Amino acid sequence: MSRVEDIDQEVLEFAKIVGKSGPVTVVGGRTQWAVGGPPEPGTREVRAPAGIWSHEPEEMTVRCGGGTTLGELSEQLAHHGQMVPFDMPAEATVGGVLAVGHSGLRRLRYGDIRDFVLQIRHVDHTGQIVSSGGPTVKNVSGYDLCRLMVGSLGKFGCIAEVTLRCLPIPAITRWFTGILDPFEVHNQLYRPSSILWDGNRVWVCIEGVLSDVAAQAAIFDFEEVAGPPSLPAGGRLAIEPKGLRTHKQESDQSWIAEVGVGLIHTDLPAAQRHINDVNVSLMEELEERLNPNNRLNPGRQVLI
Amino acid sequence: MVHKSADKKLLSELRSFLGDRARDGDFELGLYAKDGSVLKGDPMIVCLPTSTEEVQQIILACRRYDRPFLARGSGTGLAGGAVPVGDPVVIATAKMNKILDIDIDNRIAWVEPGVLNLDLSRELSPLGFHFAPDPSSQQVCSIGGNVANNSGGPHCLAYGVTSAHVAAIEVVLPDGRVALLGDLTAESPGYDLRGLFIGSEGTMGVATKVAVRLTPNPPEVRTLLLDFADVRDGAAAVSSIIANGLIPAALEMMDQRAIEIVEAFVNAGYPTEADAVLLVELDGLPGGVEHGVEVVRAVANRHQVGSVRVAADDAERALLWKGRKNAFGAVARIKPDYYLHDTVVPRGKLVEVLEKVYQIADAYDLIAVNVFHAGDGNLHPILAYDSEEKGVLERVQAAGRAIVTASIEAGGVLSGEHGIGLEKRDYMGMLFSAHDMATQDLVREAFDPDGFANPLKVLPSGSRCSDSFGQHVPDGAWV
Repeated sequence: MSRVEDIDQEVLEFAKIVGKSGPVTVVGGRTQWAVGGPPEPGTREVRAPAGIWSHEPEEMTVRCGGGTTLGELSEQLAHHGQMVPFDMPAEATVGGVLAVGHSGLRRLRYGDIRDFVLQIRHVDHTGQIVSSGGPTVKNVSGYDLCRLMVGSLGKFGCIAEVTLRCLPIPAITRWFTGILDPFEVHNQLYRPSSILWDGNRVWVCIEGVLSDVAAQAAIFDFEEVAGPPSLPAGGRLAIEPKGLRTHKQESDQSWIAEVGVGLIHTDLPAAQRHINDVNVSLMEELEERLNPNNRLNPGRQVLI
Repeated sequence: MVHKSADKKLLSELRSFLGDRARDGDFELGLYAKDGSVLKGDPMIVCLPTSTEEVQQIILACRRYDRPFLARGSGTGLAGGAVPVGDPVVIATAKMNKILDIDIDNRIAWVEPGVLNLDLSRELSPLGFHFAPDPSSQQVCSIGGNVANNSGGPHCLAYGVTSAHVAAIEVVLPDGRVALLGDLTAESPGYDLRGLFIGSEGTMGVATKVAVRLTPNPPEVRTLLLDFADVRDGAAAVSSIIANGLIPAALEMMDQRAIEIVEAFVNAGYPTEADAVLLVELDGLPGGVEHGVEVVRAVANRHQVGSVRVAADDAERALLWKGRKNAFGAVARIKPDYYLHDTVVPRGKLVEVLEKVYQIADAYDLIAVNVFHAGDGNLHPILAYDSEEKGVLERVQAAGRAIVTASIEAGGVLSGEHGIGLEKRDYMGMLFSAHDMATQDLVREAFDPDGFANPLKVLPSGSRCSDSFGQHVPDGAWV
């Protein structure tokens, strides 16, 4: 509940820090700081509260400050055999990862990070706290502002507190590699966690109990490896998953693609994608209402 | 029948392109006055479009005549979301029921909103896929309705609700423009309008095409029926299964009264002497499923399980599920009417809240039957009654409010999958502050500033944004 008596002191204090006026931006671990461009010079930097405020293993939910690092979160959850499969650097913050909205390498199996968000409390442009979603694993009470906050680059509010759904850590996680047809791998394996492809070599993450992982891996001529290859960090290009079939011929720079997802990690920044006029107008209507004076992350742009 | 001259003009304009698919006969209107709830509204005209262009023309005509409109799928919603209020034009999607394209390479199907949930999964089945959300009403509910309500179902425990399974939606906006929200890429540019639209109960426009994600059918499925002499043991087993690191594909519970009613209805061999049963489904690769069965058995034994029945084949599994999915209809055996509730509580509070539900039902002299998604704490208390009884609806509604209150007090939420609609609109303040609701209204307003799309739903009156953003708000009033 969002009544004043139910909100943690740290969140109340963060609301005061964000305040009611002047340009402001929330700094996380700066692991994806360049996304959307830097905030305008002179923008006041603030940090969201950090700390795990409640973790109920039998509920498989965790509530923490937006400034909590993924490292701290993972450590706490791992004590109970649980995880949140964001697969981002340990120094990244929960609030930061959600504000950027990029999902990690195992999205093929676990889905988008936005679908792990149950509740968000943010501080809006007027310095007031807004709660959306709810603390339970299932909830359709009211408009889904949590989805809107994910990927909004902090333009709609400063994420103060987040409640996430957790998953059990699989018994076994193994990476395999081989020179194979990635689409055939995608068709043959049952819900692999990740399939990466550089146009030549395939890397696959298979998780589950040992016998299943072994049986799945035996379908192809795989060799076990310690983990995924390092990804080009210059840019991300999202295309329709089946578009990867023809991407190989088109591209001359080095890249690694997430097969089945359609995300291509590239050396060079990816071209900006066009948003059609109708969607731009809807998005601008939202910005006008939720960030009317553009005091939240001025300069940083979701709409280009 | 429409009487006012402006309404007659609107009707004749609608008929100019819809022909006899724009209707105002009293019998026809009566069919669209209600949904699955007990609430009743007042439709003015019912339209049955067959294309995006027709939906667009209907909305533009409504705008010209200053008439609100309301999209309706199969009308199975239980919160009054499809009950027409404010004399709207009903846009029924029943004739927009084509599966447009099944794109296996993208693991996507494009469908029209009137396609029925189960029809889609049946069509996909030979190809090895299904659409994961599976509400109990899946034989009759539509994909458009699933999108409007962000619907769930038993298998959402492991697979997630509708929002996780919809990539893109073509929408006719309340001003008549057509938009494509989301796309087939994993990171569609800009803000997540798709995610916002899903679950907005038709207040942000009308979905005309939906790109749903296809989920591969599991190679192995095992369904178990566990019975307990004490419902508390059953509920403790639910928490314990999850705490043991197992997320079953589905984890459903029925209380004693439900077992009795269901067994009399489907003859599935449910143990009628038990205080509660759990229906547990495990799916995936054979090793994981086998491991899951062992975990469930071990946990059940620790919680004084009576017996563990493992369905031997597909036929037995289907029979067990038939009992679960037809439970609501089976209630008619004890009383002609029922009111189905929907709240979510932390799993650890299931027993506490269940006991309160029984107490509340007793206090209001009603019969409570519980069949629910225990795995995600999603309670569905059914209050059975006879509407012929004088004053009974008032008691049913008061009991409903008490159940919602008890759920919220236990750390729960207003609705797990049925939505807010009209039924719970005025309960929103139990969960959200005035400023929370005003912010939600700002977001709705970005899509529909004039309130033409399904008016008066979701947010209570008086929660308009202007109320809490003004300068007059004292410091800290709504923090």
